Amino acid sequence: MLLLRLIALRLLQAIPTLLGVATLVFLLLHLVPGDPVDALLGESAQPADRAALRHAMHLDLPLSDQYLSFLSGLASGDWGQSIVDSRPVLASMLERLPATAKLAATSLLWALIVALPMGYFAARNAGKKGDMAAMGFSLLGVSLPNFWLGPVLMLIFSVQLGWLPVSGIEAPGSMVLPTLTLGTALAAVLSRMARSSWLEAMGMDAIRTARAMGVGERTLWWRHAARLASIPVVTMFALQLGTVLGGAVITETIFDWPGLGSLTIEAIQRRDYPLVQGCVLLIASFYVLANLLADLAGLLLDPRQRHG
Amino acid sequence: MGEAMAADTLWQQFRRRLPRAPMRLVAFCAALPLLLMLAAALYGHDGHAVDLGAVLAAPSLSHPLGCDTLGRDQLARLAEGLRLSLGIGLLVVAISAVVGISIGLVAGWFGSWIDVLLMRTADVVLSFPGILLAIAMAAMLGPGIDKLTLALVAVGWVGYARLTRAQVLSLKNVPYIEAARACGTPLPTIALRHLLPNIAAPLLVEASFGLAAVIIGEAGLSFLGVGVQPPDASLGTMIREGSRLMLVAPTMVLWPGLALFAIVMAVNIFGDALRDALDVKREQR
Repeated sequence: MLLLRLIALRLLQAIPTLLGVATLVFLLLHLVPGDPVDALLGESAQPADRAALRHAMHLDLPLSDQYLSFLSGLASGDWGQSIVDSRPVLASMLERLPATAKLAATSLLWALIVALPMGYFAARNAGKKGDMAAMGFSLLGVSLPNFWLGPVLMLIFSVQLGWLPVSGIEAPGSMVLPTLTLGTALAAVLSRMARSSWLEAMGMDAIRTARAMGVGERTLWWRHAARLASIPVVTMFALQLGTVLGGAVITETIFDWPGLGSLTIEAIQRRDYPLVQGCVLLIASFYVLANLLADLAGLLLDPRQRHG
Repeated sequence: MGEAMAADTLWQQFRRRLPRAPMRLVAFCAALPLLLMLAAALYGHDGHAVDLGAVLAAPSLSHPLGCDTLGRDQLARLAEGLRLSLGIGLLVVAISAVVGISIGLVAGWFGSWIDVLLMRTADVVLSFPGILLAIAMAAMLGPGIDKLTLALVAVGWVGYARLTRAQVLSLKNVPYIEAARACGTPLPTIALRHLLPNIAAPLLVEASFGLAAVIIGEAGLSFLGVGVQPPDASLGTMIREGSRLMLVAPTMVLWPGLALFAIVMAVNIFGDALRDALDVKREQR
Protein backbone atom coordinates (compact mmCIF):
# COMPACT_ATOMS: atom_id res chain seq x y z
CA MET A 1 0.00 0.00 0.00
CA LEU A 2 2.86 2.31 0.92
CA LEU A 3 4.45 1.42 -2.38
CA LEU A 4 1.34 2.34 -4.35
CA ARG A 5 1.08 5.65 -2.54
CA LEU A 6 4.74 6.44 -3.25
CA ILE A 7 4.29 5.58 -6.92
CA ALA A 8 1.24 7.81 -7.14
CA LEU A 9 3.18 10.59 -5.42
CA ARG A 10 6.05 10.31 -7.91
CA LEU A 11 3.61 10.39 -10.83
CA LEU A 12 2.02 13.54 -9.42
CA GLN A 13 5.41 15.14 -8.88
CA ALA A 14 6.21 14.69 -12.56
CA ILE A 15 3.34 17.00 -13.53
CA PRO A 16 4.87 20.28 -12.28
CA THR A 17 8.18 19.25 -13.83
CA LEU A 18 6.53 18.75 -17.21
CA LEU A 19 4.75 22.07 -16.80
CA GLY A 20 8.09 23.75 -16.06
CA VAL A 21 9.63 22.14 -19.12
CA ALA A 22 6.74 23.36 -21.28
CA THR A 23 7.13 26.86 -19.84
CA LEU A 24 10.82 26.96 -20.62
CA VAL A 25 10.19 25.70 -24.15
CA PHE A 26 7.52 28.39 -24.57
CA LEU A 27 9.98 31.04 -23.42
CA LEU A 28 12.59 29.77 -25.90
CA LEU A 29 10.78 31.52 -28.75
CA HIS A 30 11.13 34.81 -26.92
CA LEU A 31 14.90 34.41 -26.80
CA VAL A 32 15.02 35.20 -30.51
CA PRO A 33 16.59 38.65 -30.52
CA GLY A 34 14.30 41.39 -31.74
CA ASP A 35 11.18 40.15 -33.45
CA PRO A 36 10.92 36.47 -34.52
CA VAL A 37 8.86 37.61 -37.50
CA ASP A 38 11.74 39.80 -38.68
CA ALA A 39 14.11 36.92 -38.20
CA LEU A 40 11.90 34.73 -40.37
CA LEU A 41 10.76 37.06 -43.14
CA GLY A 42 13.53 39.63 -43.21
CA GLU A 43 12.92 43.31 -42.60
CA SER A 44 11.81 44.03 -46.15
CA ALA A 45 8.74 41.77 -45.99
CA GLN A 46 5.27 43.05 -46.83
CA PRO A 47 3.31 44.32 -43.80
CA ALA A 48 0.41 42.00 -44.67
CA ASP A 49 2.70 38.93 -44.68
CA ARG A 50 4.21 39.97 -41.39
CA ALA A 51 0.79 40.43 -39.82
CA ALA A 52 -0.34 37.04 -41.14
CA LEU A 53 2.69 35.24 -39.71
CA ARG A 54 2.43 37.16 -36.47
CA HIS A 55 -1.16 36.01 -36.18
CA ALA A 56 -0.35 32.41 -37.14
CA MET A 57 2.29 32.27 -34.40
CA HIS A 58 -0.07 33.97 -31.93
CA LEU A 59 2.51 36.72 -31.52
CA ASP A 60 -0.21 39.35 -31.78
CA LEU A 61 -1.60 38.27 -28.40
CA PRO A 62 -0.36 39.46 -25.01
CA LEU A 63 2.32 37.19 -23.53
CA SER A 64 0.00 35.64 -20.94
CA ASP A 65 -2.56 34.72 -23.63
CA GLN A 66 0.21 33.30 -25.82
CA TYR A 67 1.29 31.15 -22.90
CA LEU A 68 -2.20 29.92 -22.15
CA SER A 69 -2.95 29.10 -25.77
CA PHE A 70 0.42 27.32 -26.01
CA LEU A 71 -0.42 25.17 -22.99
CA SER A 72 -3.99 24.43 -24.01
CA GLY A 73 -2.73 23.56 -27.49
CA LEU A 74 -0.25 21.07 -26.00
CA ALA A 75 -2.96 19.49 -23.91
CA SER A 76 -5.36 19.14 -26.82
CA GLY A 77 -2.76 17.67 -29.17
CA ASP A 78 -2.30 20.84 -31.25
CA TRP A 79 1.43 21.42 -30.98
CA GLY A 80 1.40 24.19 -33.54
CA GLN A 81 2.25 24.34 -37.21
CA SER A 82 5.51 24.37 -39.06
CA ILE A 83 6.26 27.81 -40.49
CA VAL A 84 8.07 26.28 -43.43
CA ASP A 85 5.66 23.65 -44.76
CA SER A 86 2.56 24.40 -42.64
CA ARG A 87 2.32 20.78 -41.49
CA PRO A 88 1.21 20.10 -37.92
CA VAL A 89 4.31 19.83 -35.75
CA LEU A 90 3.01 16.73 -33.97
CA ALA A 91 2.51 14.83 -37.25
CA SER A 92 6.04 15.62 -38.46
CA MET A 93 7.46 14.43 -35.16
CA LEU A 94 5.44 11.21 -34.98
CA GLU A 95 6.62 10.35 -38.48
CA ARG A 96 10.25 10.57 -37.31
CA LEU A 97 9.76 8.89 -33.96
CA PRO A 98 10.09 5.21 -35.08
CA ALA A 99 13.58 5.71 -36.51
CA THR A 100 14.77 7.31 -33.27
CA ALA A 101 13.12 4.58 -31.19
CA LYS A 102 14.91 1.94 -33.26
CA LEU A 103 18.29 3.64 -32.89
CA ALA A 104 17.77 4.21 -29.17
CA ALA A 105 16.80 0.57 -28.64
CA THR A 106 19.82 -0.87 -30.44
CA SER A 107 22.18 1.59 -28.74
CA LEU A 108 20.88 0.74 -25.29
CA LEU A 109 21.07 -2.97 -26.09
CA TRP A 110 24.65 -2.54 -27.27
CA ALA A 111 25.47 -0.60 -24.10
CA LEU A 112 24.05 -3.40 -21.92
CA ILE A 113 25.83 -6.16 -23.83
CA VAL A 114 29.18 -4.40 -23.45
CA ALA A 115 28.78 -2.86 -20.01
CA LEU A 116 27.59 -5.74 -17.85
CA PRO A 117 30.34 -8.25 -18.70
CA MET A 118 32.92 -5.47 -18.62
CA GLY A 119 31.75 -4.18 -15.26
CA TYR A 120 31.75 -7.70 -13.85
CA PHE A 121 35.20 -8.41 -15.25
CA ALA A 122 36.59 -5.17 -13.84
CA ALA A 123 35.03 -5.73 -10.42
CA ARG A 124 36.25 -9.31 -10.30
CA ASN A 125 39.79 -8.16 -11.08
CA ALA A 126 39.60 -4.98 -9.05
CA GLY A 127 42.97 -3.24 -8.81
CA LYS A 128 44.61 -5.61 -11.27
CA LYS A 129 45.61 -5.13 -14.90
CA GLY A 130 42.25 -6.33 -16.26
CA ASP A 131 40.42 -3.73 -14.19
CA MET A 132 42.76 -0.98 -15.37
CA ALA A 133 42.23 -2.00 -18.98
CA ALA A 134 38.45 -2.13 -18.68
CA MET A 135 38.24 1.19 -16.86
CA GLY A 136 40.72 2.75 -19.29
CA PHE A 137 38.43 1.69 -22.10
CA SER A 138 35.50 3.16 -20.23
CA LEU A 139 37.32 6.47 -19.72
CA LEU A 140 38.04 6.44 -23.44
CA GLY A 141 34.34 5.96 -24.14
CA VAL A 142 33.33 8.87 -21.91
CA SER A 143 35.93 11.20 -23.41
CA LEU A 144 35.27 10.39 -27.08
CA PRO A 145 32.77 12.95 -28.34
CA ASN A 146 30.19 11.21 -30.54
CA PHE A 147 30.45 13.88 -33.23
CA TRP A 148 34.02 12.77 -33.71
CA LEU A 149 33.60 9.04 -33.11
CA GLY A 150 30.86 8.93 -35.77
CA PRO A 151 32.87 10.46 -38.61
CA VAL A 152 35.95 8.40 -37.69
CA LEU A 153 33.98 5.13 -37.67
CA MET A 154 32.49 6.18 -40.98
CA LEU A 155 35.95 6.91 -42.33
CA ILE A 156 37.25 3.50 -41.32
CA PHE A 157 34.35 1.16 -41.97
CA SER A 158 32.48 2.85 -44.80
CA VAL A 159 35.08 4.79 -46.70
CA GLN A 160 38.29 2.79 -46.27
CA LEU A 161 36.98 -0.74 -45.79
CA GLY A 162 33.65 -0.30 -47.55
CA TRP A 163 31.93 -2.73 -45.20
CA LEU A 164 29.03 -0.58 -44.10
CA PRO A 165 26.83 2.09 -45.67
CA VAL A 166 27.87 5.70 -45.05
CA SER A 167 24.46 6.98 -44.02
CA GLY A 168 20.70 6.56 -44.30
CA ILE A 169 18.47 3.89 -42.83
CA GLU A 170 17.48 1.60 -45.75
CA ALA A 171 20.66 -0.29 -46.56
CA PRO A 172 21.36 -3.46 -44.55
CA GLY A 173 23.93 -2.82 -41.84
CA SER A 174 23.05 0.85 -41.68
CA MET A 175 22.20 0.37 -38.00
CA VAL A 176 25.71 -0.61 -37.02
CA LEU A 177 27.67 2.65 -37.08
CA PRO A 178 25.00 4.88 -35.55
CA THR A 179 24.48 2.29 -32.81
CA LEU A 180 28.21 2.15 -32.03
CA THR A 181 28.44 5.94 -32.09
CA LEU A 182 25.52 6.47 -29.75
CA GLY A 183 25.93 3.40 -27.57
CA THR A 184 29.62 3.53 -26.70
CA ALA A 185 29.42 6.43 -24.25
CA LEU A 186 26.38 4.80 -22.63
CA ALA A 187 28.31 1.55 -22.30
CA ALA A 188 31.24 3.40 -20.74
CA VAL A 189 29.10 5.07 -18.08
CA LEU A 190 27.12 1.92 -17.38
CA SER A 191 30.19 -0.30 -17.02
CA ARG A 192 31.75 2.07 -14.47
CA MET A 193 28.48 2.01 -12.59
CA ALA A 194 28.26 -1.79 -12.73
CA ARG A 195 31.83 -2.14 -11.49
CA SER A 196 31.48 0.22 -8.56
CA SER A 197 28.07 -1.11 -7.46
CA TRP A 198 29.27 -4.70 -7.69
CA LEU A 199 32.31 -3.90 -5.61
CA GLU A 200 30.25 -1.96 -3.10
CA ALA A 201 27.81 -4.86 -2.80
CA MET A 202 30.64 -7.35 -2.30
CA GLY A 203 31.90 -5.22 0.59
CA MET A 204 28.63 -5.40 2.49
CA ASP A 205 28.22 -7.19 5.80
CA ALA A 206 25.56 -9.48 4.30
CA ILE A 207 28.09 -10.80 1.80
CA ARG A 208 30.71 -11.28 4.47
CA THR A 209 28.21 -13.23 6.53
CA ALA A 210 27.19 -15.36 3.56
CA ARG A 211 30.83 -16.05 2.79
CA ALA A 212 31.47 -17.03 6.39
CA MET A 213 28.56 -19.44 6.15
CA GLY A 214 30.31 -21.17 3.28
CA VAL A 215 28.49 -19.81 0.23
CA GLY A 216 30.65 -20.27 -2.88
CA GLU A 217 32.26 -17.31 -4.61
CA ARG A 218 30.27 -17.79 -7.80
CA THR A 219 26.96 -17.79 -5.92
CA LEU A 220 28.11 -14.80 -3.89
CA TRP A 221 28.89 -12.76 -6.99
CA TRP A 222 25.91 -13.77 -9.08
CA ARG A 223 23.16 -14.41 -6.56
CA HIS A 224 23.81 -12.24 -3.55
CA ALA A 225 25.87 -9.29 -4.79
CA ALA A 226 24.29 -9.07 -8.24
CA ARG A 227 20.90 -8.48 -6.69
CA LEU A 228 22.22 -5.62 -4.55
CA ALA A 229 24.33 -4.20 -7.34
CA SER A 230 21.47 -4.28 -9.82
CA ILE A 231 19.61 -1.43 -8.09
CA PRO A 232 21.89 1.47 -9.09
CA VAL A 233 22.59 -0.16 -12.44
CA VAL A 234 18.90 -0.47 -13.31
CA THR A 235 18.35 3.11 -12.17
CA MET A 236 21.22 4.33 -14.32
CA PHE A 237 19.91 2.34 -17.27
CA ALA A 238 16.47 3.91 -16.90
CA LEU A 239 18.11 7.35 -16.85
CA GLN A 240 19.94 6.44 -20.03
CA LEU A 241 16.62 5.75 -21.74
CA GLY A 242 16.34 9.54 -21.69
CA THR A 243 19.99 10.46 -22.19
CA VAL A 244 20.12 8.47 -25.41
CA LEU A 245 17.56 10.81 -26.98
CA GLY A 246 19.78 13.83 -26.32
CA GLY A 247 22.75 12.06 -27.89
CA ALA A 248 20.58 11.06 -30.84
CA VAL A 249 20.42 14.69 -31.95
CA ILE A 250 24.10 14.66 -32.91
CA THR A 251 24.35 11.01 -34.00
CA GLU A 252 21.36 11.24 -36.31
CA THR A 253 22.76 14.40 -37.88
CA ILE A 254 26.06 12.66 -38.63
CA PHE A 255 24.49 9.63 -40.27
CA ASP A 256 21.47 11.28 -41.91
CA TRP A 257 19.30 9.07 -39.75
CA PRO A 258 15.69 10.17 -40.34
CA GLY A 259 14.73 10.50 -36.67
CA LEU A 260 13.61 13.11 -34.19
CA GLY A 261 17.15 14.35 -33.57
CA SER A 262 17.92 15.17 -37.17
CA LEU A 263 14.45 16.72 -37.46
CA THR A 264 15.41 19.07 -34.61
CA ILE A 265 18.55 20.19 -36.40
CA GLU A 266 16.75 20.56 -39.73
CA ALA A 267 14.15 22.71 -37.99
CA ILE A 268 16.91 24.83 -36.44
CA GLN A 269 18.58 25.32 -39.81
CA ARG A 270 15.29 26.37 -41.42
CA ARG A 271 14.43 28.57 -38.43
CA ASP A 272 11.20 26.66 -38.11
CA TYR A 273 10.72 27.81 -34.53
CA PRO A 274 7.45 25.99 -33.72
CA LEU A 275 8.97 22.72 -34.92
CA VAL A 276 12.13 23.36 -32.86
CA GLN A 277 9.96 23.95 -29.80
CA GLY A 278 7.95 20.81 -30.48
CA CYS A 279 11.02 18.60 -30.89
CA VAL A 280 12.76 19.96 -27.80
CA LEU A 281 9.59 19.57 -25.76
CA LEU A 282 8.96 16.01 -26.95
CA ILE A 283 12.54 14.87 -26.29
CA ALA A 284 12.56 16.56 -22.87
CA SER A 285 9.21 14.94 -22.01
CA PHE A 286 10.63 11.50 -22.79
CA TYR A 287 13.58 12.40 -20.61
CA VAL A 288 11.32 13.36 -17.71
CA LEU A 289 9.45 10.07 -18.13
CA ALA A 290 12.73 8.15 -18.14
CA ASN A 291 13.74 9.87 -14.89
CA LEU A 292 10.36 8.95 -13.45
CA LEU A 293 10.91 5.35 -14.53
CA ALA A 294 14.30 5.37 -12.83
CA ASP A 295 12.66 6.56 -9.62
CA LEU A 296 9.97 3.92 -9.84
CA ALA A 297 12.50 1.19 -10.59
CA GLY A 298 14.40 2.20 -7.46
CA LEU A 299 11.23 2.03 -5.40
CA LEU A 300 10.29 -1.39 -6.77
CA LEU A 301 13.72 -2.99 -6.48
CA ASP A 302 14.96 -1.46 -3.28
CA PRO A 303 12.72 -1.65 -0.20
CA ARG A 304 15.10 0.73 1.60
CA GLN A 305 14.12 3.57 -0.74
CA ARG A 306 10.49 3.24 0.33
CA HIS A 307 11.40 4.60 3.73
CA GLY A 308 12.86 8.00 4.38
CA MET B 1 41.24 37.21 3.74
CA GLY B 2 40.78 33.62 4.75
CA GLU B 3 40.75 32.26 1.22
CA ALA B 4 44.49 32.46 0.79
CA MET B 5 44.99 30.22 3.77
CA ALA B 6 42.30 27.82 2.67
CA ALA B 7 43.76 27.68 -0.84
CA ASP B 8 47.11 26.93 0.69
CA THR B 9 45.85 23.96 2.67
CA LEU B 10 43.90 22.74 -0.33
CA TRP B 11 47.03 22.96 -2.42
CA GLN B 12 48.94 21.03 0.22
CA GLN B 13 46.19 18.45 0.14
CA PHE B 14 46.64 18.12 -3.62
CA ARG B 15 50.38 17.76 -3.30
CA ARG B 16 50.05 15.13 -0.65
CA ARG B 17 47.20 13.13 -2.06
CA LEU B 18 47.13 13.42 -5.83
CA PRO B 19 48.63 10.15 -6.99
CA ARG B 20 51.61 10.31 -9.34
CA ALA B 21 50.46 7.84 -12.00
CA PRO B 22 47.25 9.64 -13.11
CA MET B 23 49.06 12.96 -13.09
CA ARG B 24 51.59 11.52 -15.55
CA LEU B 25 48.69 10.44 -17.74
CA VAL B 26 47.20 13.93 -17.51
CA ALA B 27 50.51 15.45 -18.55
CA PHE B 28 50.75 12.95 -21.42
CA CYS B 29 47.26 13.83 -22.69
CA ALA B 30 47.78 17.56 -22.26
CA ALA B 31 51.07 17.36 -24.17
CA LEU B 32 49.42 16.93 -27.59
CA PRO B 33 47.40 20.15 -27.56
CA LEU B 34 50.31 22.06 -26.05
CA LEU B 35 52.71 20.77 -28.69
CA LEU B 36 50.25 21.66 -31.45
CA MET B 37 49.93 25.20 -30.13
CA LEU B 38 53.68 25.53 -29.76
CA ALA B 39 54.29 24.27 -33.29
CA ALA B 40 51.70 26.69 -34.66
CA ALA B 41 53.36 29.55 -32.82
CA LEU B 42 56.74 28.55 -34.29
CA TYR B 43 55.35 28.39 -37.83
CA GLY B 44 53.53 31.67 -37.34
CA HIS B 45 50.98 31.15 -40.14
CA ASP B 46 47.75 33.13 -40.04
CA GLY B 47 44.77 30.78 -39.74
CA HIS B 48 42.60 33.26 -41.64
CA ALA B 49 44.94 33.88 -44.57
CA VAL B 50 43.29 32.49 -47.72
CA ASP B 51 45.66 31.01 -50.30
CA LEU B 52 43.77 29.67 -53.29
CA GLY B 53 46.96 28.14 -54.64
CA ALA B 54 47.10 25.82 -51.64
CA VAL B 55 43.49 24.54 -51.57
CA LEU B 56 43.42 21.19 -49.77
CA ALA B 57 47.20 21.01 -49.97
CA ALA B 58 48.66 17.81 -48.54
CA PRO B 59 50.83 18.03 -45.44
CA SER B 60 54.23 19.43 -46.33
CA LEU B 61 57.18 21.08 -44.63
CA SER B 62 55.63 24.55 -44.83
CA HIS B 63 52.12 23.34 -43.90
CA PRO B 64 52.65 20.34 -41.60
CA LEU B 65 48.93 19.50 -41.37
CA GLY B 66 48.03 20.61 -44.88
CA CYS B 67 45.48 23.24 -45.85
CA ASP B 68 41.68 23.44 -45.94
CA THR B 69 39.29 24.26 -48.79
CA LEU B 70 40.33 27.90 -48.78
CA GLY B 71 44.03 27.12 -48.55
CA ARG B 72 44.21 28.19 -44.91
CA ASP B 73 46.95 26.56 -42.86
CA GLN B 74 45.37 23.78 -40.80
CA LEU B 75 47.92 23.86 -38.01
CA ALA B 76 47.31 27.56 -37.42
CA ARG B 77 43.55 26.98 -37.46
CA LEU B 78 43.89 24.06 -35.09
CA ALA B 79 45.84 26.21 -32.64
CA GLU B 80 43.22 28.94 -32.91
CA GLY B 81 40.49 26.36 -32.40
CA LEU B 82 42.24 25.01 -29.32
CA ARG B 83 42.61 28.49 -27.87
CA LEU B 84 38.99 29.35 -28.58
CA SER B 85 37.59 26.06 -27.27
CA LEU B 86 39.69 26.20 -24.12
CA GLY B 87 38.95 29.89 -23.64
CA ILE B 88 35.20 29.44 -23.99
CA GLY B 89 35.37 26.36 -21.75
CA LEU B 90 37.17 28.17 -18.95
CA LEU B 91 34.98 31.26 -19.30
CA VAL B 92 31.76 29.22 -19.17
CA VAL B 93 32.96 27.23 -16.17
CA ALA B 94 33.99 30.42 -14.35
CA ILE B 95 30.70 32.20 -14.98
CA SER B 96 28.61 29.08 -14.30
CA ALA B 97 30.45 28.53 -11.02
CA VAL B 98 30.00 32.11 -9.83
CA VAL B 99 26.33 32.21 -10.85
CA GLY B 100 25.61 28.72 -9.55
CA ILE B 101 27.41 29.17 -6.25
CA SER B 102 25.62 32.49 -5.65
CA ILE B 103 22.24 30.95 -6.43
CA GLY B 104 22.98 27.93 -4.25
CA LEU B 105 24.10 30.19 -1.38
CA VAL B 106 20.97 32.29 -1.57
CA ALA B 107 18.68 29.26 -1.86
CA GLY B 108 20.33 27.37 0.98
CA TRP B 109 20.76 30.35 3.27
CA PHE B 110 17.37 32.01 2.98
CA GLY B 111 15.27 28.89 2.37
CA SER B 112 11.48 29.31 2.10
CA TRP B 113 10.00 30.40 -1.23
CA ILE B 114 13.30 31.66 -2.67
CA ASP B 115 14.75 28.20 -2.20
CA VAL B 116 11.69 26.54 -3.75
CA LEU B 117 11.69 28.89 -6.73
CA LEU B 118 15.41 28.57 -7.46
CA MET B 119 15.55 24.82 -6.99
CA ARG B 120 12.45 24.16 -9.10
CA THR B 121 14.11 26.20 -11.84
CA ALA B 122 17.19 24.03 -11.46
CA ASP B 123 15.04 20.90 -11.71
CA VAL B 124 13.46 22.15 -14.93
CA VAL B 125 16.88 22.80 -16.47
CA LEU B 126 17.90 19.30 -15.43
CA SER B 127 14.83 17.91 -17.20
CA PHE B 128 16.52 18.41 -20.56
CA PRO B 129 18.92 15.70 -21.62
CA GLY B 130 22.56 16.71 -22.02
CA ILE B 131 23.14 19.73 -24.18
CA LEU B 132 19.70 19.75 -25.83
CA LEU B 133 18.65 22.89 -23.96
CA ALA B 134 21.92 24.62 -24.87
CA ILE B 135 21.41 23.63 -28.52
CA ALA B 136 17.88 25.04 -28.51
CA MET B 137 18.91 28.23 -26.71
CA ALA B 138 21.90 28.84 -28.96
CA ALA B 139 19.71 28.24 -32.01
CA MET B 140 17.13 30.75 -30.80
CA LEU B 141 19.65 33.37 -29.65
CA GLY B 142 21.45 33.30 -32.97
CA PRO B 143 25.17 33.20 -33.77
CA GLY B 144 27.88 34.77 -31.64
CA ILE B 145 30.35 33.61 -29.04
CA ASP B 146 28.63 35.69 -26.34
CA LYS B 147 25.32 33.92 -27.03
CA LEU B 148 27.02 30.54 -27.14
CA THR B 149 28.53 31.30 -23.73
CA LEU B 150 25.13 32.38 -22.42
CA ALA B 151 23.50 29.16 -23.64
CA LEU B 152 26.17 27.00 -22.02
CA VAL B 153 26.02 28.94 -18.74
CA ALA B 154 22.23 28.63 -18.71
CA VAL B 155 22.69 24.86 -18.53
CA GLY B 156 25.95 24.81 -16.57
CA TRP B 157 25.06 26.70 -13.38
CA VAL B 158 22.75 24.01 -12.04
CA GLY B 159 25.37 21.59 -10.75
CA TYR B 160 27.15 24.26 -8.71
CA ALA B 161 23.89 25.61 -7.34
CA ARG B 162 22.62 22.25 -6.12
CA LEU B 163 25.98 21.33 -4.64
CA THR B 164 26.38 24.67 -2.85
CA ARG B 165 22.83 24.62 -1.56
CA ALA B 166 23.20 21.13 -0.10
CA GLN B 167 26.46 22.06 1.60
CA VAL B 168 25.10 25.35 2.93
CA LEU B 169 22.10 23.53 4.41
CA SER B 170 24.38 21.16 6.27
CA LEU B 171 26.68 23.95 7.47
CA LYS B 172 24.09 26.58 8.30
CA ASN B 173 23.57 25.49 11.88
CA VAL B 174 27.12 24.51 12.71
CA PRO B 175 28.31 26.43 15.84
CA TYR B 176 31.02 28.49 14.15
CA ILE B 177 28.58 29.75 11.53
CA GLU B 178 26.00 30.52 14.20
CA ALA B 179 28.70 32.38 16.10
CA ALA B 180 29.55 34.44 13.04
CA ARG B 181 25.88 35.24 12.57
CA ALA B 182 25.48 36.17 16.20
CA CYS B 183 28.40 38.59 15.84
CA GLY B 184 26.48 40.30 13.07
CA THR B 185 28.86 39.30 10.30
CA PRO B 186 27.22 40.19 6.97
CA LEU B 187 26.28 37.29 4.68
CA PRO B 188 28.87 37.97 1.94
CA THR B 189 31.63 37.81 4.54
CA ILE B 190 30.24 34.63 6.08
CA ALA B 191 29.97 33.13 2.60
CA LEU B 192 33.49 34.02 1.49
CA ARG B 193 35.22 33.44 4.80
CA HIS B 194 33.44 30.55 6.40
CA LEU B 195 31.22 28.74 3.93
CA LEU B 196 33.14 28.63 0.65
CA PRO B 197 36.50 27.44 2.03
CA ASN B 198 34.64 24.54 3.61
CA ILE B 199 32.83 23.50 0.46
CA ALA B 200 35.65 24.20 -1.98
CA ALA B 201 36.62 20.55 -2.45
CA PRO B 202 33.38 19.23 -4.00
CA LEU B 203 33.04 22.43 -6.02
CA LEU B 204 36.52 21.98 -7.49
CA VAL B 205 35.68 18.42 -8.48
CA GLU B 206 32.43 19.60 -10.04
CA ALA B 207 34.30 22.34 -11.92
CA SER B 208 36.89 19.97 -13.34
CA PHE B 209 34.25 17.57 -14.68
CA GLY B 210 32.25 20.61 -15.74
CA LEU B 211 35.16 21.83 -17.85
CA ALA B 212 35.22 18.54 -19.78
CA ALA B 213 31.46 18.70 -20.31
CA VAL B 214 31.55 22.34 -21.43
CA ILE B 215 34.41 21.78 -23.88
CA ILE B 216 32.53 18.85 -25.43
CA GLY B 217 29.33 20.90 -25.33
CA GLU B 218 30.86 23.89 -27.09
CA ALA B 219 32.38 21.65 -29.74
CA GLY B 220 29.06 19.83 -30.14
CA LEU B 221 27.13 23.07 -30.62
CA SER B 222 29.72 24.36 -33.06
CA PHE B 223 29.63 21.00 -34.87
CA LEU B 224 25.87 21.37 -35.28
CA GLY B 225 26.33 24.90 -36.61
CA VAL B 226 24.80 26.78 -33.67
CA GLY B 227 28.06 27.67 -31.91
CA VAL B 228 31.21 29.32 -33.18
CA GLN B 229 30.67 30.56 -36.74
CA PRO B 230 33.10 30.62 -39.66
CA PRO B 231 35.59 32.11 -40.36
CA ASP B 232 36.47 31.62 -36.68
CA ALA B 233 37.79 28.18 -35.89
CA SER B 234 36.80 26.08 -32.90
CA LEU B 235 37.48 22.38 -32.58
CA GLY B 236 33.78 21.75 -33.27
CA THR B 237 33.64 23.80 -36.48
CA MET B 238 36.82 22.09 -37.68
CA ILE B 239 35.34 18.63 -37.10
CA ARG B 240 32.22 19.79 -38.93
CA GLU B 241 34.19 21.02 -41.94
CA GLY B 242 36.44 17.99 -41.81
CA SER B 243 33.63 15.45 -41.75
CA ARG B 244 32.22 16.96 -44.93
CA LEU B 245 35.56 16.53 -46.68
CA MET B 246 36.33 13.12 -45.28
CA LEU B 247 36.69 11.50 -48.68
CA VAL B 248 39.14 14.10 -49.95
CA ALA B 249 41.14 15.04 -46.87
CA PRO B 250 40.64 12.63 -43.97
CA THR B 251 43.26 14.32 -41.79
CA MET B 252 41.00 17.38 -41.52
CA VAL B 253 38.63 15.50 -39.24
CA LEU B 254 41.30 13.48 -37.43
CA TRP B 255 43.47 16.24 -35.94
CA PRO B 256 40.87 18.49 -34.32
CA GLY B 257 39.17 15.39 -32.94
CA LEU B 258 42.40 14.05 -31.48
CA ALA B 259 43.15 17.42 -29.90
CA LEU B 260 39.67 17.64 -28.41
CA PHE B 261 39.85 14.06 -27.20
CA ALA B 262 43.25 14.67 -25.59
CA ILE B 263 42.02 17.73 -23.69
CA VAL B 264 38.85 16.06 -22.49
CA MET B 265 40.74 12.94 -21.47
CA ALA B 266 43.28 15.02 -19.52
CA VAL B 267 40.53 16.93 -17.73
CA ASN B 268 38.56 13.76 -16.97
CA ILE B 269 41.55 11.89 -15.55
CA PHE B 270 42.45 14.95 -13.51
CA GLY B 271 38.88 15.16 -12.21
CA ASP B 272 38.89 11.47 -11.28
CA ALA B 273 42.16 11.83 -9.41
CA LEU B 274 40.97 15.00 -7.70
CA ARG B 275 37.74 13.31 -6.62
CA ASP B 276 39.59 10.36 -5.17
CA ALA B 277 42.18 12.63 -3.54
CA LEU B 278 39.66 14.94 -1.91
CA ASP B 279 37.35 12.00 -1.19
CA VAL B 280 34.31 13.63 -2.72
CA LYS B 281 31.21 11.60 -3.50
CA ARG B 282 29.65 12.88 -6.65
CA GLU B 283 25.99 13.12 -7.38
CA GLN B 284 25.28 10.81 -10.31
CA ARG B 285 23.37 12.20 -13.23
